[in-house]
Amino acid sequence: MSDTLIRVEGVSKKFCRSLKNSLWYGLQDLGQELRGHRHGGQGELRSDEFWAVHDISFELKRGECLGLIGRNGAGKTTLLRMLNGLIKPDQGRIEIRGRIAALIALGAGFNPILTGRENIYVNASLLGLSKHEIARLIDDIIEFSEIDEFIDSPVQNYSSGMQVRLGFAVATALRPDVLLLDEILAVGDSAFRAKCFNRIQDTITDCAVIFVSHSMPQVTRISDQLLLMNKGRRLASGPDLGEIIARYNSLTAEEAYTARSEGSHKATIESVSLCDSLSNEVTELSHGDPFAILLNTHLPKTIQHSDPRILITIADQDDSPVAQISDRIDVQDGIERYALYLHFESTPFNAGRYSITANLLLGPRGELAHRLPRCVGFTVRHTFVGYAPILLRPSHYSVRPLA
Amino acid sequence: MTEPRITVYTPESSLASPGVMIRDMFRDLAAGRELAWRLAVRDTSAQYRQAYLGILWAFIMPLTNTVTWVFLSQAGIVTVGDTALPYPAYVFSGTILWSILMDALNSPLAQTNGARAMLAKLNFPREALLLAGIYKVLFNAAIKVSLLIAALLLFGINPGFGLLWFPVGILSLILVGTAIGLLITPVGMLYTDVGRVLSLLMQFLMYLTPVVFPMPKEGWPAMLFQINPLTPLILTSRDWLTGLSPVYLDYFLVVNGAAFLLLFVVWVAYRLAMPILIERMSA
Repeated sequence: MSDTLIRVEGVSKKFCRSLKNSLWYGLQDLGQELRGHRHGGQGELRSDEFWAVHDISFELKRGECLGLIGRNGAGKTTLLRMLNGLIKPDQGRIEIRGRIAALIALGAGFNPILTGRENIYVNASLLGLSKHEIARLIDDIIEFSEIDEFIDSPVQNYSSGMQVRLGFAVATALRPDVLLLDEILAVGDSAFRAKCFNRIQDTITDCAVIFVSHSMPQVTRISDQLLLMNKGRRLASGPDLGEIIARYNSLTAEEAYTARSEGSHKATIESVSLCDSLSNEVTELSHGDPFAILLNTHLPKTIQHSDPRILITIADQDDSPVAQISDRIDVQDGIERYALYLHFESTPFNAGRYSITANLLLGPRGELAHRLPRCVGFTVRHTFVGYAPILLRPSHYSVRPLA
Repeated sequence: MTEPRITVYTPESSLASPGVMIRDMFRDLAAGRELAWRLAVRDTSAQYRQAYLGILWAFIMPLTNTVTWVFLSQAGIVTVGDTALPYPAYVFSGTILWSILMDALNSPLAQTNGARAMLAKLNFPREALLLAGIYKVLFNAAIKVSLLIAALLLFGINPGFGLLWFPVGILSLILVGTAIGLLITPVGMLYTDVGRVLSLLMQFLMYLTPVVFPMPKEGWPAMLFQINPLTPLILTSRDWLTGLSPVYLDYFLVVNGAAFLLLFVVWVAYRLAMPILIERMSA
């Protein structure tokens, strides 16, 4: 039975930048509300106001999962708070069928003063479960969350990881019709994340899930459609995950890469660029395409016999190194400037954003002559969005039935 | 299978469909009972566990007030009229009753303020906060009243049958306190001045109510005391407690009736205000 559980039509929300004005507008809104007038006026912006969410619409049926992505400040948490009934929309309409469970903004939905056990009872009764039903479920919840002996201790003593584990256990065990998950997997360890994914797969047939995350692999793993928000507006949406994630990546790629330069400068790197197979400078590659890195270096005579080497590191968007390239520079007497050309047959990286750091090293102990950290950034496009930075394809793959 | 509950959020004010709103109000009140109880138990045990003087704090203010006023009156610094009861008993009972009223008055704003973090993240029946506050006030009132009765017995004052009516007096104090407290809560959440102004006002008002002073017989002070709606509450409760027959009973009933109406109105206002307050609160 597939029914529409969430219907959002033309929803908008405005906020105010300055606190003083915000409080004053709050008072005005209060007056309007008490007189029975609609919230948000006719859709105009008062001074200092801006649209945190503007004209968002979508529908979600039972068994579907919507991935909500966007940069920080795009309006995702505001949208979730409206879906959860914490704040009123200024325009539009939200219709939700059934019971809602939400883990928003890392808050697991718990009262910090009460113990874990008390919170389970309270949350369950707020969702409409009877004492018998809660008693049946509580052991499963405690076991899933791995809280054990801390279950009778106030939630404010829990680490954020424990809170999220318990919150997730409670929210999914109570079999809601709508599940709102806002960046909950940011604080869990990998074992917990694996359990969560499995639990979501189990429960998704019975509910509609909205999942917010900054981790593209996580989002693509469980979502069957995406909604990309930017500055409160819908930038892209639909079931084409690879395409929408590429757009998200290109949004974040506009950050300025550093023009910093470090090292003793006994020798210098003059320029670094990333090129395609035709030696055109590019900022985007497709997985599997050939590419090249070009560096121009200046090696003064004084250090030419100090065994100059080039070390290039490629890092992902979290600045974790994913690849390195080390090579010696063969110098010829009398020549001080060299162009280095490194060609690669195939881009091995998964879809995502990466940065290049170039290091020039001298001497047996690898003295740093020059480093340009994150001097070049590039995006890799691919229809498949995977977990790991490198996507390896075996050169030979066969499947053979065993008797 | 029962029809699933459909929740709709629009910019429209809830006042546009009053029937739905009233049904939701009472449903939330019922749904929030368990949460309210747990919150109240938790808060109270936390409060008394961390304070060395513990339960003593419940009546230390009335006690000091009484000692001060008895001293002032006996030393002749302040001339106080005649009271039917021994003056210390009069003052002590008055200040205890007044402190119960003040507890109830401060409770809605304090409860809502204290729950800012929760309100911004959790969707739970807001009535649970108010109910938890009332439970806490009742608990503190019970302690104060036990002490009060013990003190009166020491003075040789026997409450008699009036004691059966006395809980009504306490409940009415709590009713009126909650209604007024809830009235100022929405604005008090936005601007902190409101809470402070109210404290100042109530301090002043105490001297216009027969708490430490007996009812003046004539002149404009008498008129002020008469029109003060808190007067019949204090007087009637004290009369029931001390075995005297209450004089202002009809006034008492009128004030309580008005308080009921006020409570309903401010309850509606509180519900309507909540989403607006949450978006303006930094939590």
